[in-house]
Amino acid sequence: MTIVTDPPKESFRLGMLIYDSRYRSLTIQAVALIGFMLLAAWLISNAAQNLAALGKPIGFDYLADPAGYDINQRLIEYTSRSTHLRAAFVGLLNTLLVAVLGCALATVLGVIIGVLRLSRNWIVSRLMAIYVEAFRNVPVLLWIVFFMAVLIETLPSPRAFRGDDPTASMLLNDTVAITNRGVYIPEPLFTRSLGDISVFGAFGISIDLLVLLAVLAAGLWAAHRVAVRADAIQEATGDRPTTWWQRLLLIVGPVLVTLIALGFHLGYSELKGFNFQGGIHLRNSLIALWLALSLYTAAFIAEIVRSGILAVSHGQTEAAYALGLSPNRTMNLVILPQAMRVIIPPLISQYLNLTKNSSLAIAVGYMDITGTLGGITMNQTGRELESVLLLMLVYLAISLSISAVMNWYNNRVKLVER
Amino acid sequence: MKKTVVFGTFVAMGLAAGAGAAAAGTLDDVKTRGKLNCGVATGVPGFASPDANGEWQGFDVAVCRAVAAAVLNDPAAVEFVPTTGKTRFTALASGEIDMLARNTTWTFSRDVDLKFDFVGVNYYDGQGFLIPKEMGVTSARDLNGATVCIQTGTTTELNLADFFRINNIEYEPVPIETNAEAQQQYIAGACDVYTTDASGLAASRATFEDPAAHVVLPEIISKEPLGPLVRHGDNEWGDVVRWTLNALIAAEELGVTSANVADMAAEAGNNPEINRMLGTEGNLGEMLGLDADWAKRAIAVAGNYGEIFEKNIGENTPIGLARGLNAQWTEGGLMYAPPFR
Repeated sequence: MTIVTDPPKESFRLGMLIYDSRYRSLTIQAVALIGFMLLAAWLISNAAQNLAALGKPIGFDYLADPAGYDINQRLIEYTSRSTHLRAAFVGLLNTLLVAVLGCALATVLGVIIGVLRLSRNWIVSRLMAIYVEAFRNVPVLLWIVFFMAVLIETLPSPRAFRGDDPTASMLLNDTVAITNRGVYIPEPLFTRSLGDISVFGAFGISIDLLVLLAVLAAGLWAAHRVAVRADAIQEATGDRPTTWWQRLLLIVGPVLVTLIALGFHLGYSELKGFNFQGGIHLRNSLIALWLALSLYTAAFIAEIVRSGILAVSHGQTEAAYALGLSPNRTMNLVILPQAMRVIIPPLISQYLNLTKNSSLAIAVGYMDITGTLGGITMNQTGRELESVLLLMLVYLAISLSISAVMNWYNNRVKLVER
Repeated sequence: MKKTVVFGTFVAMGLAAGAGAAAAGTLDDVKTRGKLNCGVATGVPGFASPDANGEWQGFDVAVCRAVAAAVLNDPAAVEFVPTTGKTRFTALASGEIDMLARNTTWTFSRDVDLKFDFVGVNYYDGQGFLIPKEMGVTSARDLNGATVCIQTGTTTELNLADFFRINNIEYEPVPIETNAEAQQQYIAGACDVYTTDASGLAASRATFEDPAAHVVLPEIISKEPLGPLVRHGDNEWGDVVRWTLNALIAAEELGVTSANVADMAAEAGNNPEINRMLGTEGNLGEMLGLDADWAKRAIAVAGNYGEIFEKNIGENTPIGLARGLNAQWTEGGLMYAPPFR
């Protein structure tokens, strides 16, 4: 028989909030939270009051007014009579364009440089070390301005292409013109175009592009099925059928057929009047910003890749060699998959950095969202608070989206542990 | 949690410091501080640029110095704050500067919506186009397809869009932050045309290696009355800046120059308006919250409006601007100071 004694019932007293260690931390947190909220409330009311005193109540109506200014690089239709909101959207697309291009190039360069820095070739590894140190230790703004200055000062202006005896000429059979206003390349055109599909009535997306993407995706999926079947045959019989030409045909064939069906041809740029007309115009501002951001971020990514590879124990390499794997396959099948789990998390923050650094675009006159909404629109309408708040919201949304995608990818590649 | 609170506090302190400005009279602030914070351009030769000794010189700078002399009795008591087309209004609205004298166009929305007060016009300007002579262009209407360098955040950006749209011609804008960068791109041929106020174009051209190789096209596509401005709502301070500018303009009309202002202010003369302005009669200075000699000091710094014009941007300077619209009304121009009465 056991005797159970109830613990003495303690009634709750107010003093216990401070003197009882069970409640103290809660009390402190509650007080801090209240203090923080009061502070926030005071700040907001202060801002609202000051703006009211200035006679500038907060409002977002200005976004519906005509912007009145032109933007040189626009991925969707835009004229100076369009609204400020649309101008902001044009800027947003420009931001996303340079961010995506930048992340892609930075990743490719970063991986190559990171691997090369581990090379046993002394000169190669030293050169890569110099690259990394030079790029990551100089502010990115200087690199952007530097690239722009180089492009403007060293390349010929369109005037140099003119006349009977021009000092500059177009490259690659007269298809590409490199000038100090940008690079002009041929553009894809379709004689039997399917037209545009309107999204929300706000902007059009080329149906040709969508069809091509769909065909490409289908081709990739079919090629993947062939590979899976080849794997199955190899598992069953030990013989791997030769499938590379089937897969290549499945990917390239349908795309080619679609291109011919749509009447694909290239539109070349020509010197007409002051400038080259036609073709795709990659402006200097985009090129300078893209290169500077990519090369700068690539230096950081190279270090991340190097650290990731070094984090995989050397025993793994030796074990792979012992199994008879070639150095290439060792890197691809053993080392890199394990290095990924070290590489991905810091890589996310590099992508975020690149995207946020793209707001330095105005230094070279690239019209990103900071240049349109946070620049000209803010300046012409005088709506500083609203514009900056919107701008912060946009960057927050972009950053969180990148984070979400990369975290999803990280979860897929991370080591599965028991 | 703790981190959030600490961080929040820092942010809050930063914001509070920013929000604390405004209120109180600017005139008193300037007197207490002993220094006038004057916003100028980042460097437009003839209008506002530092000379070899780092001293700010120019047509707009002279207005700042005149106000400093009138209020603080010291034309050197000015803190010049260089502002770009983008930063100038925020700098003025936030109280970082007391007045802005930076070739800024007086427009309805800036006056009414942005909550500033333009105290007058010190230069009547218009937007023009600068283009190399070798291009053989004689009219702005021939600029179809041209690449145009433009300072971003200015009224010229809007005028340009309107001009090309109305004339139904295409162009490629290259937005640029400062005058210096625009000149660099223009010289390198990264743009065909540089557009800004005609006075600014003349100033830029004067700094080129071969000014004669560039022409300003005949079309003036806008009205650009440039003048100093202050925050809306502080009328006492606005009056001080407005009447200092008017004193400079009236002095030219009345024949008061830097050479004779000391004599004229010594004792009352025949012309009662000069007497009232220079403080030998009446109490205009007191009404402004200044002493009787305010206008005398303002004029003594660099002379009257005409002298300032000739010294900084007149026909005998590298800028070489004619008086044109900026002559006195008595000589067919638009410069017209209200009476000192």
